[in-house]
Amino acid sequence: MEQYELVIIGGGPAGLAAAVAARQAGVRDILILERDRELGGILNQCIHNGFGLHTFREELTGPEYAQRFIRQVQDLEIPYKLGTMVLSLDKEKTITAMNPEDGLFQLRPKAVILAMGCRERPRGALNIPGTRPAGIYTAGTAQRLVNMEGYLPGRECVILGSGDIGLIMARRMTLEGAHVPVVAELMPYSGGLKRNIVQCLDDFGIPLKLSHTVVDIRGRERLEGVTLARVENGRPVPGTEEYYPCDTLLLSCGLIPENELTREAGAVINPVTNGPAVNDALETSIPGVFAAGNVLHVHDLVDYVSQEAAAAGRSAAQYIQQGEPALEAALPVRCYGGVRYTVPSAIRHQSLRSEDVTIRFRVDNVYQNKTIVLRAGSEIVLRRKKAVLAPGEMETVTWKAGALPEGITEIRLGLEEA
Amino acid sequence: MLDVIIIGAGVSGCAIARELSRWKADILVVEQEEDVCCGTSKANSAIVHAGFDAKNGSLMAKLNVQGSTWMPALSRELDFPYRQIGSLVVMLRPEDRPRLNALYENGVKNGVPGLRIVEREELVSMEPNISDDAVAALYAPTGGIVCPFGLTYALAENAAANGVRFQFDTRVEALEKTASGWRLATSQGPLEARVVVNAAGVWADTLHNQVCPDPITIQPRRGDYFLLDHAAGSHVRHTVFQLPGPQGKGVLVSPTVHGNLIVGPTAIDVPDKDSTATTQMGLDEVRFKSSAAVKNLPLRQTITSFAGLRAHELGHEFIIRESAPGFVDCAGIESPGLSAAPAIGKMAAGIVASILKPEPNPDFRPTRKGILDPRQLSIPERNALIQRDPAYGTVICRCESITEGEIVDAIHRVPGARSIDGVKRRTRAGMGRCQGGFCSPRVLEILARETGLSPEAITKSGGSSRLILGRNKDTL
Repeated sequence: MEQYELVIIGGGPAGLAAAVAARQAGVRDILILERDRELGGILNQCIHNGFGLHTFREELTGPEYAQRFIRQVQDLEIPYKLGTMVLSLDKEKTITAMNPEDGLFQLRPKAVILAMGCRERPRGALNIPGTRPAGIYTAGTAQRLVNMEGYLPGRECVILGSGDIGLIMARRMTLEGAHVPVVAELMPYSGGLKRNIVQCLDDFGIPLKLSHTVVDIRGRERLEGVTLARVENGRPVPGTEEYYPCDTLLLSCGLIPENELTREAGAVINPVTNGPAVNDALETSIPGVFAAGNVLHVHDLVDYVSQEAAAAGRSAAQYIQQGEPALEAALPVRCYGGVRYTVPSAIRHQSLRSEDVTIRFRVDNVYQNKTIVLRAGSEIVLRRKKAVLAPGEMETVTWKAGALPEGITEIRLGLEEA
Repeated sequence: MLDVIIIGAGVSGCAIARELSRWKADILVVEQEEDVCCGTSKANSAIVHAGFDAKNGSLMAKLNVQGSTWMPALSRELDFPYRQIGSLVVMLRPEDRPRLNALYENGVKNGVPGLRIVEREELVSMEPNISDDAVAALYAPTGGIVCPFGLTYALAENAAANGVRFQFDTRVEALEKTASGWRLATSQGPLEARVVVNAAGVWADTLHNQVCPDPITIQPRRGDYFLLDHAAGSHVRHTVFQLPGPQGKGVLVSPTVHGNLIVGPTAIDVPDKDSTATTQMGLDEVRFKSSAAVKNLPLRQTITSFAGLRAHELGHEFIIRESAPGFVDCAGIESPGLSAAPAIGKMAAGIVASILKPEPNPDFRPTRKGILDPRQLSIPERNALIQRDPAYGTVICRCESITEGEIVDAIHRVPGARSIDGVKRRTRAGMGRCQGGFCSPRVLEILARETGLSPEAITKSGGSSRLILGRNKDTL
């Protein structure tokens, strides 16, 4: 069994940033395992711009953004293996992986960073009735076909779901010569970023139908059309059906963190995010196993993925350098008043005294004129007014390091009246 | 002039083809779809019924019990996934006791071994997630689960290895009696054979009624299903049926041989022989009924829903006989048709052989090896395999860990996969929780490479089901 100090599972934006930060923090033996044929992950198919505004103060395309980190990985001489699938991970941090050159091999590093990203919710999981013809794709699959392989999956394309990939693909399909008559969204609000609705739908005259879903799919071999209907209280409203002839249906109905390895290893999973529960070091319930990026919770901006992953890389470095310290007691972070989840979901006493703690979270509905309130016991640590909060936009608060109030047992983050 | 044409490459047609290949005969299987296992055989409960349900004295009962008895040995001979996990028919109301007893007695008369009634305490220990309302159950230890694709492909491949030919995309439009046999008008031109076997599933009545004086009616009966992720696969340990009652038949909940959980079916008569569309009502019905016998069912872990058609003959009996000279029916093969398939094959082939009186095939080989499953190998074995063929080191389907080597094997088998769904049914690539989101572009690429076709020509499931309709900006 080869010896590495740190193995990073996934060579997308999270894995790359984690590797760079860990090396800069002094970890010598790092290995990145990537299942695809190149580093960069999903960014390679995101050829639109808008990446890196926070990190580089520039508007980059996805591949350009990835390349900045790939270059750092190469400059720092961090080794990586491509075409390598991790088949299993156990709680002793034994990794079993496989590729055509090395065959099946095992690694037992001191620390592991999980950076496997997420996958799209498929049609089957949405329980849309109808036939099962060709022409139904998740938006990301279509994005790969169009942007990386040059194939147009169809010419008349309805999109269900207004997640960011769906919005981006509405514009892309239009630019490549297809017609997008409508984007339908089950919820009364979009799941994507405001800027994407403006730049990808409004600018191209593509209507967004909120509170609408697909209630029937027609076509035996290739898709022939879909029926949309308005939705109230989670059920389609009879009489509101509208038929759209189309040869393609793209689905952008949510992303699911890919945590099969995490579950298999026995890490505690947060049922809200479907990612592992982590403390402020981004350490899972298994000591020495860290997580960052979309495997932890789905992000909307890659800049935050990079920041989060760098923090995980530094935590892993500290863990390795301190010789596998015992897990410290941590205070749970509870959500209230419209906050759906927080990452981290627990904060160690020690970090509150010595360093700033970043808390990322999402809300469960659209809110206006609310105050984000962070409470430690009965004390208010932080208040921040916000004009608009939406489920599609991740929020961040930073708790400045300082003395911890005496005797508190929990931390609470919520929305209150402004 | 062929000796035999079998119409339909479902599990019945393939089972007959395989049994007939024990004799020296020129046999052709014609199929209107692009592959084996495209109709009723691909969309069902994947259950091997023990045989207590079919009415005592019926052909259904006899062939069900035979098929179920032969299935374990056949699964070893032909290397397809089958597990004898036992089944439970759960009684939810004390007043239904007479019906449960009647089912037990019918099963004993049918010759089903090991049947017994288990009371609540034992039932709960066998099946911790059983409904709080469950009173007792009929336990059949010989009940099993099978991969319906695996069984059908195994039969087809073994038949092909023993000389049977397959012709796809060939729809039989008319049959005409000739002096020496039958002439078939098909979508691919005329064919002639001394004997015709009608294994056309839901279409069997249209063929039968063209040539036989006594018409039959096959009523397509739709069943909607949910398939749940592996994470839910051990929610029950046995196939759990509900005892049929005045409120209808209920739905089953069962593990599958691949570790998923299957929930269904409905039983909705439809006018159309290809209306396999699911409906909101059908799916709602499964959702509603499924909770009766099993509690805490994690339907949120559904990875796909689908529907299949049963070929329900109005008399609810298998019709396996020479209905006109040289025209052998294998019609009305609805549940327990999958369970009975080995026995159906033997019986129908026996009828054909009695007409043709052929010589035994001296080269007949009864065994077949399935597509190698590298996950069953030890690490050194697997490494030796990857060294021999590096394609076994590349995972294409991440959810099910299916390698390129398995996909290439599936394409080059006879009959081999020609479509995304053909690869999926043979290898499980695309069958997992992401439903082909990651791997379908890769499978498309491999199919194009291995078949020499352009990617634009690759289909999901034959016909006009192309996946790619053009190149970027080709219309601009």
